[in-house]
Amino acid sequence: MSKSKAEHIRHLMATEGDAIGENTRGFNAGRYESVAKLEDYEGLKDRARAIKEDAIENLPALIEEVRETVEANGGTVYVADDAADANRYVREVCDDADADRLVKSKSMTSEEIEVNEALEAAGVDVVETDLGEWVLQVAEEAPSHIVAPAIHKSREEIARLFNAHFDPEAELESAAELTAFARERLGDLIADADVGMTGANFVTADSGTIALVTSEGNARKTVTVPETQIAVAGVEKIVPTVEDLQPFIELIGRSGTGQDITSYVSLFTPPLDSPTVDFDEPTEPLADDGSDREFHLVLIDNGRLSMREDDDLRETLYCIRCSACANTCANFQSVGGHAFGGETYSGGIATGWEAGVHGLDSAAAFNDLCTGCSRCVPACPVGIDIPWINTVVRDRINGGEDLPREFLVDGLTPDAESDGPGVQKRLFGNVETLAKLGSAFAPVSNWVANSTPAAAVLERVAGVARERTFPAFQQTTLVEWMRERDAVPPVSPDRKVVLYPDLYTNYMLVDRGKAAVRALEALGVEVLVPEAPGSGRAPLSQGMIDTARQQAEGVAEVLGPYLEEGYDVVVIEPSDVAMFRSDYERLLPDAEAERLADNSYEILEYVYGLLSNGAEAEALATTDGESVAYHSHCQQRTLGLEPYSIETMEACGYEVTTTDAECCGMAGSFGYKQQYYELSMDVGESLETQLEAAEADQIVASGTSCTDQIGDLLDDEPPHVIELLAPETETR
Amino acid sequence: MTQATPTADGYDRFAAVAGEYGIEPKRVPPDEVAETIDELATQPAVGTPLPWDGVTLPESVTAEPTMGALEEASTGVTAASFAVASYGSLVLETDHAGSEPVSLFNDLHIAVVREDDIVPDMAAAIDRLGDDLRAGRSSAVIATGPSATADMGALVQGAHGPRRVEVLVVT
Ligand code: SF4
Repeated sequence: MSKSKAEHIRHLMATEGDAIGENTRGFNAGRYESVAKLEDYEGLKDRARAIKEDAIENLPALIEEVRETVEANGGTVYVADDAADANRYVREVCDDADADRLVKSKSMTSEEIEVNEALEAAGVDVVETDLGEWVLQVAEEAPSHIVAPAIHKSREEIARLFNAHFDPEAELESAAELTAFARERLGDLIADADVGMTGANFVTADSGTIALVTSEGNARKTVTVPETQIAVAGVEKIVPTVEDLQPFIELIGRSGTGQDITSYVSLFTPPLDSPTVDFDEPTEPLADDGSDREFHLVLIDNGRLSMREDDDLRETLYCIRCSACANTCANFQSVGGHAFGGETYSGGIATGWEAGVHGLDSAAAFNDLCTGCSRCVPACPVGIDIPWINTVVRDRINGGEDLPREFLVDGLTPDAESDGPGVQKRLFGNVETLAKLGSAFAPVSNWVANSTPAAAVLERVAGVARERTFPAFQQTTLVEWMRERDAVPPVSPDRKVVLYPDLYTNYMLVDRGKAAVRALEALGVEVLVPEAPGSGRAPLSQGMIDTARQQAEGVAEVLGPYLEEGYDVVVIEPSDVAMFRSDYERLLPDAEAERLADNSYEILEYVYGLLSNGAEAEALATTDGESVAYHSHCQQRTLGLEPYSIETMEACGYEVTTTDAECCGMAGSFGYKQQYYELSMDVGESLETQLEAAEADQIVASGTSCTDQIGDLLDDEPPHVIELLAPETETR
Repeated sequence: MTQATPTADGYDRFAAVAGEYGIEPKRVPPDEVAETIDELATQPAVGTPLPWDGVTLPESVTAEPTMGALEEASTGVTAASFAVASYGSLVLETDHAGSEPVSLFNDLHIAVVREDDIVPDMAAAIDRLGDDLRAGRSSAVIATGPSATADMGALVQGAHGPRRVEVLVVT
């Protein structure tokens, strides 16, 4: 458990965190605003997704079509197997053009192949013309964001950098001065360039058009000025037709930086039918047919065609590199791409890209930072299940090896096994075993777990942050309480419910389970709480897919008979609702997954349904205008379930304020890990600010992690919504 | 709101959305285009031909510029093929005359577009572009507002491209 990782993260939070946080939160807020203006946002996303699915399916044919079209247009297409192959070709083009200087517009794919280094080694001067990329070129730093590469640098830092590096006549200070300086300097460099290189956001097979989504105008200059143009693009950038561009043009800016559209969407069909520009020949007429132009499209494979064959990584190829998954990510907002990124790419989807193009090691360096909160999923314009890609890659990093279930019983000692998941992953992945033991030995186990020496051992051996207190295990589990209580089942219940005893509710937060029972029964529902295994959420979050699958099968086995009898499944823990409603799709046979998904409900969603169908809110604990600050759970939001909690509280007379922090920062076990504790608290800070600003009579939350985190932030653990609303006494 | 309804009046819609990017389009009859350009242009100015009957560049704008004239110019005047109402965008096409550099290199870009050439939304725009790009190996830039950057720590209008854009809509 690397201390050094904690230090690296701490350093980045201190030096870059503020700039990253402000910018990404701004982009994220802009995204919500911009997509809300679309009449049919979901419809556009569906079309974008369908186009990408088809394009990747037909990729080999599309590559051939692009080759024919571009060649018919008078250009050349080269399909490069890997970075070295691509760089060799680009060097040859520069050689043939006798090039001293190549100017570039921003391209992540060119970063991936490290073409700058390859060309510079061959004596070609490479100049980045995107202002952000240029800042980084001068500073000799790597991008911290795939769209806004210098997002980690403040205006003051850039001014210091430029003043020191260029020693301008007058000190540069404002953003306008810095921009004007860069424009002029880069303008001269572009004017003298021999070759212009761009990336491509999209390549259309029918016309050979390169679509470039930009704002500064540097890509236009890069293409228009020199005679030789090179575009480097991953093979996955090809779409069949010009018409296919429409949903992407409407979505890419909105999803990324929250702009309805960027200043320029260039649709260049090279070689351009437009004159090259040569200011060294001032008396020459500008007008010309552009017949002196040369164009090379370099399509890069570099692992992509293998990704296409990989059932789990394939989706990565649908990515349009909009950056929404970075901006929406609470962890990314705190640390940026210098921690949450690999050799080239950053943000949630970087795990897929890095695993595919650079290999597992590059992905392993940051993959843990995805907590599976899922807030990026609805933000992704092509609907990629980014958390799943992170889970799969984590599983592969683990060596595909899950641990023996009972390892905890064997003792919390590091064992000889080196390929499988580390002790920390196994501890959190097998929280079920831990919970069973904890409950059996409560309250002694609570004293032990939270005692100073035990906390120190846990930190040393399993990397559990000693600052964290473990949730208290209860001696009587919810299942036992249900079994033992004297309650007469209703004679003719309106509905029949099996309340799933999720691990947290069953062993630790038993009160919220009891509250759920009281509330449901007060609304005329028969409630059963059978013994059931954990949902598999914990192992899944550690990338232990086989273990998760076994648990899913166990759950399906327990709940199946109830479903057949017409029971509805009600779940309190939102991350388990998400398992039943979405992740099980990947873990169980289709029919079984579908049946469970269709018949399971989050507790407040269910209560809301009962109230909408005639049950009386008066049966619950109502109030007259008491105020509540509510933090919904990340996965609950992704499923669109937050409104049910809010409306039900309102139906019961509460005035509700909600937070818009994407995630509480705890995110399951993440915040317990010693190396991420500070990051987790940093993420929690914005939640804390919002909760305090609400000045409400009460704070409530839905998820166990959120409850823990808020408890640590505010020194007071908030109850679950159902505890607020349940009647105080049992009705049966 | 930037999604067009087919019934929305093209010009008003276009003008309202372009306004969000700091552009105030001016609606002018064909015979007043030259005069209006003359008023708006800062000198020196260069331009490429406006391809409609009765619509011309003023004397003060150098038509068929040299490389030197382009470099010295402060204003570039070009036609836009059409406009997209719901995005406030102009579609600029590349040509032999050099409309692409003329619309790009100068501080002020004055674009002239016909009112009949305002399409309601992006779907209509892309439909119109599809055939052009396929058939003519032509190129186009969908330009919205002036060039801009946020890379220097705050939003600045006028990065590598024009700082300001004026739009004349010919009735
Ligand atoms: S995965 Fe989706 S959200 Fe992330 S960059 Fe790619 S397209 Fe955008």
